[in-house]
Amino acid sequence: MPTNGGSALIRALELEGVEVIFGLPGGAILPVYDPIIDSPIRHILVRHEQGAGHMAEGFAHATGRPGVAMVTSGPAATNIVTPLCDAYMDSVPMVVITGQVPTPAIGTDAFQECDTVGITRSVTKHNELVTRAEDIPLVIRQAFHIATTGRPGPVLVDIPKDIVDPVNPRSALEWYWPTDDEVASSLPGYRPTTAGQADQVRAAAELILSARKPVIYAGGGILKARAAAALRELAELTGIHVVTTLMARGGFPDDHPLCLGMPGMHGNYTAVTAMQSADLLIALGSRFDDRVTGKVDAFAPEARIIHVDVDPAEIGKVRRPDVPIVGDCRVVIEELVTAVRDLSGGDVAAAQPDRTEWRSTISGWQERYPLVYEQSTEGDLLKPQYVLEQLRDRAPEDCIVASGVGQHQMWTSQYWRFNHPYTWVNSGGLGTMGFSVPAAIGAKVGRPDRMVWAVDGDGCFQMTAQELVTAATERIPVKVAILNNAYLGMVRQWQEMFYDERYSEVYLSPDLPDYVKWSEAMGCVAMRVESPEEVGPAIDKANEIDDRPVVLEFRTDSSEKVFPMVPAGRSNSDIVVDPSQPPPGGLR
Amino acid sequence: MNLPPPPGPPPRHHVLSVLVENRAGVLARVASLFARRGYNIFSLAVAPTHDDRFSRLTVVVDVESAPLEQVVKQLNKLVNVLEISELDPRDSVERELVLLTVTADGDRRQEVLGLVERFEGRVLDDGADEVTVSVEDHPSRLDDLEELLRPFGIVGIQRTGRVALPRLESGGPV
Repeated sequence: MPTNGGSALIRALELEGVEVIFGLPGGAILPVYDPIIDSPIRHILVRHEQGAGHMAEGFAHATGRPGVAMVTSGPAATNIVTPLCDAYMDSVPMVVITGQVPTPAIGTDAFQECDTVGITRSVTKHNELVTRAEDIPLVIRQAFHIATTGRPGPVLVDIPKDIVDPVNPRSALEWYWPTDDEVASSLPGYRPTTAGQADQVRAAAELILSARKPVIYAGGGILKARAAAALRELAELTGIHVVTTLMARGGFPDDHPLCLGMPGMHGNYTAVTAMQSADLLIALGSRFDDRVTGKVDAFAPEARIIHVDVDPAEIGKVRRPDVPIVGDCRVVIEELVTAVRDLSGGDVAAAQPDRTEWRSTISGWQERYPLVYEQSTEGDLLKPQYVLEQLRDRAPEDCIVASGVGQHQMWTSQYWRFNHPYTWVNSGGLGTMGFSVPAAIGAKVGRPDRMVWAVDGDGCFQMTAQELVTAATERIPVKVAILNNAYLGMVRQWQEMFYDERYSEVYLSPDLPDYVKWSEAMGCVAMRVESPEEVGPAIDKANEIDDRPVVLEFRTDSSEKVFPMVPAGRSNSDIVVDPSQPPPGGLR
Repeated sequence: MNLPPPPGPPPRHHVLSVLVENRAGVLARVASLFARRGYNIFSLAVAPTHDDRFSRLTVVVDVESAPLEQVVKQLNKLVNVLEISELDPRDSVERELVLLTVTADGDRRQEVLGLVERFEGRVLDDGADEVTVSVEDHPSRLDDLEELLRPFGIVGIQRTGRVALPRLESGGPV
């Protein structure tokens, strides 16, 4: 069947199961936008291309399916570099299509030309400049295959205008749809590993059965591999406690007795200290990020390491494991469960050392060092943690929450109760301020049945707030809670603690902009909340609104800091707890 | 007068033989990966193989700049990279080509030509006061040649970077 590149591209996206594209048209991509009118694919018109990218990420986080964004050449392509890098760091499956100037103009500094594949090379799992219309179906299939298999990640496809423009003879092609085998054989260098090596799995099971102080260090790979159920089975079978990193929140239920919560720079005392004191760390889909390990040389000094990851390059990158296992987290965990059962002859508890003392040490830490803050009372400044607790308690349990980056992100991770996978949408690796509003919109588009809250800071909100216009126009009823402390709060915290309270360029003003007027102007319902007794009623009111976006601006105490904290570059043993708690005297 | 590589201190670099898809942009992917991860490329040679769907790169990586394991693993993640092998200098044959323009005037001309002959080189271009020669040998021998010619005055030099293949099982240097 004869067709043209533009129609073939949209057809290919339909056949890949794409239901939604986040994007914004422009000169070079115009011919691809024309067939969208006749396609069942929903297009969501964003106000800035960065928004399209983060929406695609939010969609992917919430659904597990690849998010798709489409933008034009030049400045549109450069505007989407941040979301690409964000998705690359957090292994988010995403396909981005960019327009490009016509092939004869490439390299001439044409209007809105930039070297998109060159610029995005180091922030994509793969990218491709397509130069012939007949390659479009295959390249699109390859893009989805690469984005969603192995360690997921963003793939960019750059499409010159002449090969998609029906008036140009170069756009003509005979339609075809490559088979899975044709896709695989067209990528001879791409062969992700799935199953773990049997002898390594057995060696890991032996270590697990002999450990006295084991901790499961669950990372974002648990969610990417859809391994939450398998993880729970392994933890319950062995009775081993689980920490869930910032990227893994929800991968193991926070209300589970074996859950220790988030480790790392702002992790809770027990999660940090249990890892630090462990004799075995079972790292599942985690990458020993510096925000988790603190000073690497001093991290978990007595622990042997089992490291399971689908990306061989993660293994040994930061810490050399005793048992390396390359494979898909779900597959390998299931293999581990079987191996543990087999090796223990059925009675797993009897086959393991007595861990009573370890368990009581852990519960001692939990009792001694819970997360704390001083409650707000009537007339006081609002405590951000109180706002989070109220948001959490008044939202349905399966509510999806997205956050920006900074103090509010850490408080959200600390105070929310993530009992279900795919309820937490955040920017972990890159730490992209402004992530939450567009990401929440993408998540809501992917899961319209769920309530979606974006918890944002005032600094973050000002970076991407314009996407609330998109949400209002497209009737995407997300809810946004701005924790307005009038500062770039995390920077302020560091300046207070590590720069002698010299507050350099960190003050934002609580009143400028007027967040309520601004939000109303963007088509949202907006409310300002200034005292503790108003918090609950305002949230309840917001939760009842389901036909447009809502913004709640909470005026919060700017002096509040995130604790615990492991100062950057220090050992996790140097963890600083809330000033109201007794300072820990080293380990144990 | 082909000589086996001289024994000496352990090599300061790793030699990687990388089989890649022969298509636009692949070299840039490899090069920018090295740059992005902070690995230094000592030399790099690339050309299509006997199967023109593929090219072979011989990359010499500075040992100091990166743990080899990470370099290899990161390279392997590139979708267009098919196969990577480290070539141990003791188990591989290595060659490099150099073009040199050297000052060779008056009495010194015979000395220069004598050296070139010792290295089985050829004179490619003969000027009044300069000669351009080509020499193909083990890279460390080319280093020696360069040292020997330096006093005469090297006007221009272009080395190709090393190329290498694994030694055959029962083979030896020829």
